[in-house]
Amino acid sequence: MNRGVNSGRPGPSLRLERVSVRYPGAQSAPRPALQQVDLQIGSGEHVVVVGPSGAGKTTLLQVAAGALRAQHGRVLLDGEDPWSIGAARRRQLRGRLFLAPQVPPLPPRQRVVTAVLAGRLPAMSLAASLRSLLVPLEIARASAALAPFDLSDRLFDRVDRLSGGERQRVSLARALLAPARLWLLDEPLSSLDPVRAARALQTLREQASLHGITLVVSMHQVELALANFPRAVGLRDGTVSFDAPSSQVSPEQLRWLYAHTPPVPPPPELGPEDLAGSAAVPMMWR
Amino acid sequence: MTTDPVTLISPSRSLPRRDPALPGRLAWLAVSLLLLWPLLVLTEFRPWQMLEARSLRVTAHFLAGFLPPALNADFLATVARETWRTVAIATAGVSLALLVAVPLALIATASLSVSSLAGRMAAGPFAVRQATRALMVALRTVPELVWALVFVRVVGLGPTAGVLAIGLTYGGMLGKVFAEILESSDAHPTRMLLANGSGRLQAFLYGLLPQAAPELTSYAIYRWECAIRSSVVLGFVGAGGLGQQMDSSLKMLAGNEVATMLLVFFGLVALADAASAWLRKSLR
Repeated sequence: MNRGVNSGRPGPSLRLERVSVRYPGAQSAPRPALQQVDLQIGSGEHVVVVGPSGAGKTTLLQVAAGALRAQHGRVLLDGEDPWSIGAARRRQLRGRLFLAPQVPPLPPRQRVVTAVLAGRLPAMSLAASLRSLLVPLEIARASAALAPFDLSDRLFDRVDRLSGGERQRVSLARALLAPARLWLLDEPLSSLDPVRAARALQTLREQASLHGITLVVSMHQVELALANFPRAVGLRDGTVSFDAPSSQVSPEQLRWLYAHTPPVPPPPELGPEDLAGSAAVPMMWR
Repeated sequence: MTTDPVTLISPSRSLPRRDPALPGRLAWLAVSLLLLWPLLVLTEFRPWQMLEARSLRVTAHFLAGFLPPALNADFLATVARETWRTVAIATAGVSLALLVAVPLALIATASLSVSSLAGRMAAGPFAVRQATRALMVALRTVPELVWALVFVRVVGLGPTAGVLAIGLTYGGMLGKVFAEILESSDAHPTRMLLANGSGRLQAFLYGLLPQAAPELTSYAIYRWECAIRSSVVLGFVGAGGLGQQMDSSLKMLAGNEVATMLLVFFGLVALADAASAWLRKSLR
């Protein structure tokens, strides 16, 4: 596939040095979202980040993308700290990476073709983006990016006509068009069925390998993650619990990763048997 | 199930008996009512006076003068000319207002802030946004009637004063409401575009505009409708259009001429309403 302006250059390396993040609105939280995280990811490397909800996976990706500023420690993209350079350079740097959030960032009234082509904005002039808003400039490219995700027939549909899984795939198709050399994908498969998830993952990894793109993906499906990525980082309570080749991650490490020290009560699942008998069900739920 | 997950939750401790927000809400309701009462007293709000026999007689007499609407050809020709001028004043005024409002709204909208991606908005951009808000407040603080009185002295009697007056006051209003519409749209798409290196205007075009376009359009059209009404008031101080005509008809106690012009207004407002409904539907 024809790629963006930066094509040919290797993907940037990523380095986090003793990074700690505490959200401004969460001063009362028992612990920071990330604490003292050290991580080094080489150019063109593919890494999966696993861990329970609230472990800090999203924060990690946002900090790595320069979308969130860590209070302590620093982030280096190809040796460059996004927070010690000027705003214009920082914008250029942001254009060289692609952060896909877990919730697809698509305006409901936008058409799929426009939503996908929005991935190209960092490489487009303002005049071109205005023109493309009226008449999409690169329809063929948008269609080609949607094809591996089985969505080329939805090109001119509006986003609000798509299902949750389709929206997520549109947001992933954006990555293929972005002029980015580092992909940071936050739970890219969370709304996909198993078959589509496997296929999307394969597409993303193939395209990343083909173009030397550095790929960091956070995931919940541990088996899929370990089977597909050469290297896995386990995140728990805002710290790196393990960082190893996937083949060497032991079941104990995974059990520890998902074992909650403070017992968080799971949400009540109201099955018929709960409603019928159990004395433990509070009055209000009966 | 081996252990019932629900047993982990002790209902007496973790479930409050009442909605914790309820007392606060009731308190606010009580405070609002307490504040409203003296205000009604202060404004001598006694609507039942309108239904007294004397008031009804005066009203009926005044309204009787409106019938039948004046329909002679000469007058209709004048009304048509002045109507066209009123529409022109309102349209030119709102266009000018849009030229003022759109840049101000884009500067003021916090969700288009690149620096606030990192956490908190930087001091410089924050100051610029506050200054822009203050400018919009200043623009709409001065009623268009006062602007018109100023401009009538500067550019003389006629429609130009009306256009400038509407342009300034409505520029402030449109800018404020546009910024608020943009800020109440979902910021997620915009912020992701900014985080991935798009420019502010690109993020606006591809993130905010598709969500906010119907609201922005319908508010602009509503303001056009207000400008039609406003240009009538401005006509009273010599800014041209139907208002000036209505002023002289009222002074001559020609109620039937006033009735004709009110019917024309009805038509214009209905037109704006239909245009807005149609545009909202086609942008949906």
